[in-house]
Amino acid sequence: MKIKALSRSISAQQAPGSDVQRAPRNLAPEIHPFERAREYQRALNAVKLERMFAKPFLTQLGTGHVQGVYSMCKNRSSLSTVASGSGDGIIKVWDLTSREESWRTSAHQNIVKGLAFSNDNKLLSCGTDGIKLWDPYNSPKDSTPLATWQEGGPYTSLSFHRTGNSFAASSGAGCISVWDLEHSTAPQRIQWPNFTDTITDVCFNQVETSVIGAVAADRSIMLFDLRTNTPVIRTLLKFASNRIVFNPMEAMNMAAASEDHNIYMFDARNFDKAQNIHKGHVAAVMDVEYSPTGEELVSGSYDRTIRIWRRDQGQSRDIYHTKRMQRVFRTCWTMDSKYLLSGSDDGNIRLWRANASERSGVKSARQRQALEYNQALTERFAHLPEIKRIRRHRHVPKVVKKAGEIKREELGAIKRRDENERKHTTKQFDKRRSEREKAILAKEQ
Amino acid sequence: METTDIAAAPQPRVKHDNGALAITDTRTKFTSRVEVRRQKEAQRAYGRGRQIDVKGVKDKKLRRNLTNLEDKYKIATLKAKEAEILLENSSGFLEPETELERTYKVRQDEIQQDVSIDVAQKGFELKLENLGPYVCEYSRTGRDLLLAGRKGHVATMDWRDGKLGCELQLGETIRDARWLHNNQYFAVAQKKYVYIYDANGVELHCLRKHVEVTHMEFLPYHFLLATLGIGGQLKYQDTSTGQLVAELPTKLGTPVSLAQNHFNGVLHVGHQNGTVTLWSPNSGDPLVKLLAHRGPVRDLAVDREGRYMVTAGQDNKMAVWDIRMFKEVNSYFTRSPASSVAISDTGLTAVGWGTRTTVWKGLFSKERPVQEKVQSPYMTWGGEGKAIERVRWCPFEDVLGLGHTEGFSSIIIPGAGEANFDALEVNPLENKKQRQEGEVKALLNKLKPEMIALDPNFIGKLDLRSDEQKRAERDLDAPAAGIAEEIRNRARGKNGVLKKYLRKQQKKNIIDEKRLKVEEMYKHQQEKKGEKLKDKVAELGPALARFAKKD
Repeated sequence: MKIKALSRSISAQQAPGSDVQRAPRNLAPEIHPFERAREYQRALNAVKLERMFAKPFLTQLGTGHVQGVYSMCKNRSSLSTVASGSGDGIIKVWDLTSREESWRTSAHQNIVKGLAFSNDNKLLSCGTDGIKLWDPYNSPKDSTPLATWQEGGPYTSLSFHRTGNSFAASSGAGCISVWDLEHSTAPQRIQWPNFTDTITDVCFNQVETSVIGAVAADRSIMLFDLRTNTPVIRTLLKFASNRIVFNPMEAMNMAAASEDHNIYMFDARNFDKAQNIHKGHVAAVMDVEYSPTGEELVSGSYDRTIRIWRRDQGQSRDIYHTKRMQRVFRTCWTMDSKYLLSGSDDGNIRLWRANASERSGVKSARQRQALEYNQALTERFAHLPEIKRIRRHRHVPKVVKKAGEIKREELGAIKRRDENERKHTTKQFDKRRSEREKAILAKEQ
Repeated sequence: METTDIAAAPQPRVKHDNGALAITDTRTKFTSRVEVRRQKEAQRAYGRGRQIDVKGVKDKKLRRNLTNLEDKYKIATLKAKEAEILLENSSGFLEPETELERTYKVRQDEIQQDVSIDVAQKGFELKLENLGPYVCEYSRTGRDLLLAGRKGHVATMDWRDGKLGCELQLGETIRDARWLHNNQYFAVAQKKYVYIYDANGVELHCLRKHVEVTHMEFLPYHFLLATLGIGGQLKYQDTSTGQLVAELPTKLGTPVSLAQNHFNGVLHVGHQNGTVTLWSPNSGDPLVKLLAHRGPVRDLAVDREGRYMVTAGQDNKMAVWDIRMFKEVNSYFTRSPASSVAISDTGLTAVGWGTRTTVWKGLFSKERPVQEKVQSPYMTWGGEGKAIERVRWCPFEDVLGLGHTEGFSSIIIPGAGEANFDALEVNPLENKKQRQEGEVKALLNKLKPEMIALDPNFIGKLDLRSDEQKRAERDLDAPAAGIAEEIRNRARGKNGVLKKYLRKQQKKNIIDEKRLKVEEMYKHQQEKKGEKLKDKVAELGPALARFAKKD
């Protein structure tokens, strides 16, 4: 008779003198009962933990401004420098590592409308009294500007070229002036034929660096080409836009922050419809910015909240608010996509985490592994109702919630009215237009 | 056998001299027969259900995602299959060398001579003569043994080292005892209540809600202690929060036996009338009710994969059931009614009957499409006047524990235990720190009682009901389905069924909307019948009219 019986020794499990046990695995499904249920439970724990650790607000910078912050810009070549301009014409440059003010000056008599860092670390600012060039790194506080441009009249915004040494400024007279700092001659002026409305915002394309986008008070979005000095396209939306930005990674994509509470994304190659509409704010969107990777957007709104959006999703990924934060006029990402800055009417500049539950600092390998595992789990079970609910739930201020409810009701009423009209008129023979198509009223080329 | 690494990153394309690119990832790939067989084997052993048919999906993005997912699953199964070479142990065996040898004739002393000393030490006998019969239970790791004598003697021990954990003389009847999630706590069903003790024998809790309990089971992943009393009440108590989760009356008299399906956490209860009912804490009615024996079901056991159940009845029968189809696979004869049944990790079935214990091998196998009837047992033991009370397999060991009237016997049954344990699941060689960490982890991943169902993988599945349907179910104010429709649904089928139903309804004494509707329908039916009869009468003429049939 052949006989063999199992025998295991502890010494084989743990080498003598060692305090670490070996951990043999057996992947046979029969010795892992309830694996799906347990995995789901872990996913549930993970998503709850993520919400528990969500503490997005980090700090405010220094003591902020005396008046509201209406312009803000980051230095693209530095992770820690950001400049802000307020309603009383004061510009401050902040150091993010110490969270303190590093330079300041009283730049304009009035509101600082636009700010932009040049590629050689100079700072440009504009207001109704002209454009001024500053050197915050090398000059003392409250120094005089390096240069001033006053002709061309009231300037509304600034944008600096990605690589070259030129900048564009939009004016209230409906034209865009582009200065080349190296040649320091008279500016190159471009204008849509017979256009006289105020251009509220101007923006250089980050990839196709000679393309300029602009939004105007007459609800239009315009694209210009600097090489041929010609206007390219003008599109009319239903509402005016406050801000236009180009995707830093994809030349053709841009986003416009609209007065009608939405953010519209357009593809420059096809202006017949919006590429995407980000809905969620309950008041005008004042500012929008792409993250440096071009994957996400941040927007600040008149409803006192900041929202973060994935580029390809219609609803916001997260919403940030505090009790004291007023209307948000400027938001921006830091260059590492890890932090957000917001400037609001209350004069404070706030620093936020881009990912509310993420913590900076060195993590051990096990910690990192656990976080990655948790993330994979939540992704895996994201479609299940309980997990979806916990993941999406955000506490919003009562005012915002109420406004959202009212808005939903009103929009529903409009839609219902349209449907009724459609039912009983010849409109019923028309093809329905999608929301994205409806966003565009007219197009001019 | 050649092996290729499927998960390897796509290799850079080879450029030929003429500038042409060699295609590395072709659309139609040739897979050798060996490869196909290997994939099939891997899928059978480690696959989780059927593949999704990707071709039928129209949404491009979804199709891409699903294809990636399927590829990942495939790679995972292949990797798991490849990882089999890392398994350290192979299971034990007892094989005849000549045709004349029979495994069931091998005696324990012969085995003890042939195996190594440390294995031989696992066979032992504890003489505890006055307080028996004893019930025995192994902890989940198989390291600790819990003995409880009918007359009030409880002892725990680390049976491999022969170290006594604690010993109690309770001085009252003990009907059952059970370890909780680890070897630190155990529950004892005493004369009136259930008590929970810790490893030192200190009484921690007295569960007064559990009265006159005869059987207990513990669901380790749900932290539920299930008890079954003389009154037939099945009660689930959460041992981590102390809440009583469910109280279910089984309504079939005093139950005789209780077993747990480790695959899905469903409890199997054997009754006096030969039925076996399946319970989950979520439903007041049994999930399944099946007639297993003519006479009380003395004991039952379920294999660890939840595919087969073995029941033993008072009618001298032992039956193997396929509990996916609820069909009897085979039935066997026991000379006297069996008192206890247990199934080991590898599927060996131990049956204690009278003073003997028989171990069967191959009563069921997941590999065989048709289960054949086994002609002779694998091993036998006993016949020395010790009436068997309970048989239990020690997890991860080739050891069978037998509680009987004269104490406890541990015998060696080669090939019974799972050879390769998973240290991150249940670790038989765990140390104190690991046990403590494992306890915390287990509590974090505690499953809710609502997750117990016949198919444990229902979690994570999509709700495929339409939105309309879901909303209708949620709407409590919705009007009830039309009464007429309800009645028609009830009495679907032949006209006669409806008639019978209507007649029965009319006998009821409550007059409500439904009753009125029923009467109306009945009247209508009667009228129609009368008309039919008239027609018939007219057809047959005055002479033959009396033969017209009422129906």
